[in-house]
Amino acid sequence: MKRVRGMVLWVATFLLMVVMCVPGLWVILSAFRPNREILAKPPVWVPETLTLDNFGKIFGWGAEQIAIPVGSYFLNSMVIALTSTVIALGIGMAGGYAFARFRFRGKNSVFLGLMLLRTVPGIALSLPVFMLWSRLGIIDTKLGLIIVYVSLNVPFTIWLIDGFFRQIPLSLSEAAQVDGCTRWQAFWKIEFPLAKSGIASAGVFAFLTSWNEFALASQLTRSTDSKTLPVGLLDFTAQFTIDWAGMCAMAVIIIVPALILTFLVQKHLIAGLTFGGVKG
Amino acid sequence: MAEITLTGVEKRYGALRVVHGIDLTIAQGEFVVLVGPSGCGKSTTLRMIAGLEDISGGQVRIGGRVVNDLPPRKRNISMVFQNYALYPHMNVRDNLGFGLKIAGQTPDMIAKRVDEAAQILGLADLLDRTPAELSGGQRQRVAMGRAIVRHPDAFLFDEPLSNLDAKLRGQMRAEIKKLHQQVKTTVVYVTHDQVEAMTLADRIVVMRDGQIEQVGTPMQVFNHPANIFVATFIGSPPMNLLPGTISGGAVRLADGSAVPVPPRLTGRAAEGQAVTLGIRADDISPVGHGLSQDGPGAELDLSVVLAEPLGMESLIYTRVAGQEVQAKLYGPRLVNPGDRLTFRLALDRAHLFDAASGRSLEAI
Repeated sequence: MKRVRGMVLWVATFLLMVVMCVPGLWVILSAFRPNREILAKPPVWVPETLTLDNFGKIFGWGAEQIAIPVGSYFLNSMVIALTSTVIALGIGMAGGYAFARFRFRGKNSVFLGLMLLRTVPGIALSLPVFMLWSRLGIIDTKLGLIIVYVSLNVPFTIWLIDGFFRQIPLSLSEAAQVDGCTRWQAFWKIEFPLAKSGIASAGVFAFLTSWNEFALASQLTRSTDSKTLPVGLLDFTAQFTIDWAGMCAMAVIIIVPALILTFLVQKHLIAGLTFGGVKG
Repeated sequence: MAEITLTGVEKRYGALRVVHGIDLTIAQGEFVVLVGPSGCGKSTTLRMIAGLEDISGGQVRIGGRVVNDLPPRKRNISMVFQNYALYPHMNVRDNLGFGLKIAGQTPDMIAKRVDEAAQILGLADLLDRTPAELSGGQRQRVAMGRAIVRHPDAFLFDEPLSNLDAKLRGQMRAEIKKLHQQVKTTVVYVTHDQVEAMTLADRIVVMRDGQIEQVGTPMQVFNHPANIFVATFIGSPPMNLLPGTISGGAVRLADGSAVPVPPRLTGRAAEGQAVTLGIRADDISPVGHGLSQDGPGAELDLSVVLAEPLGMESLIYTRVAGQEVQAKLYGPRLVNPGDRLTFRLALDRAHLFDAASGRSLEAI
């Protein structure tokens, strides 16, 4: 009976994973297949020819080329995602620490307010933001997107980092201060290293949010000055055709850095906090 | 090593006063224990000495220097926390040497001091472990080691043993005592456990509601409690209290029986004054099973309500003048509930308190 239950669970899990993974797998496979195989009817499930031509087209080393400035998009995406992540982490650490450690008037209301901000769908803000940005003259600039992404990410980073600082007993910082540290030293030598994994996960989430964001970026960007990779995907749609192969190749280019980053920080994400210095 | 002086030290949170103007001088090298029930302000007082809590009023001096506005790091004290507060991401060696490293000592110096402390506390084999790999007692020892490596002016202990099991607690208590005898540094130790206070202290400071109730050596506090609170807080089981009135050099209890007490106790009491007679369980025993048989005493026939054998002695619950009273029976003997025995009250060791104020009427 137990075995049957186990089997059923396995099958159910497998089916669920198929539903979740197949689209992603299809995108990756399609990135390495010629367009005619992708569009074939009936569909060709198992790829017959694998090729790097799609990437060649994008990067301009093949016979066939598409005029899409992937390099600029990639650079824009990197600059915008990294900058907004660094800023959001800085604010998140300061804010999270303050919420976890200090008592101040209106603390709970401010915190609740930050959390409520998270519930506003980004797209609902697109029109007001667009009007405001156009008045300010920061439409189609990296700065414009950075500001948007920082404000999207800050409530989340504060919330996550606050939770990690809360887990660190106050007495550790106090012990460090008695041991000769200033409050600042106590933070960097004791509390920061212990909250590192939390800060790292907040960073990964913030980076991925900015990296993948499409809706707002598609409104606020125009040209190679600020267009990011997800917006760049649209370049593959023409009036009558969609270049699925090219689009998939570019999707792979978007996925790879995110994957690499996640793997790099994975150790921290899993490591968690190794407590034991205090009873509990 | 240094003297610590508290003058009118207060702690207020808004309108709420948690420490009401404490005056206390702790001599150089002295082991002083602040004891009291939770919420009595003992930890807050300690944290004000450490600099972890702002001082709302009064003055704290360490070694003659007013430290009110100095941050903890400039007070040259070290502290052992209730939860040990070891740095989880450092091994024992780095935990011990952290303070010295911050102070900018040379690696040679740090290594020498760390080894010295490890030697004293038997931590030499554990230096490369992280706190997570240590047992409770070992963590406790590392926390103490971290306190001694810096050769501070004073050690502050904040309920350091309350997270240990009973057996280990006894063991660590002895180690703390030994450590103090070895390094002879001024110690301020906070606990709610009166046994710890009695066994460790040179002087005990009994606190309640942010005020000092009594300061004295353990024996002074035990033998001459200044008021009913101290009398019931120090000593286990708590002192028995019997309400009565003074009548002709004796205490007349609620049921009309008169207990003649020595003049030493009634010296400051007026005829007809409402009083509370205090007597410890150790001083009420069945005849022939007590600690002392001579000196003034009174004999009462009482029936046993409950007997708890403890091995060398039994704790007996009985009733005097309608009041539950605990007595002790020394020397093994089987006692059953309902047994009627003659108990002897060793009245030379009794205490008399003013019923209204709770203050001792004893003429010292």
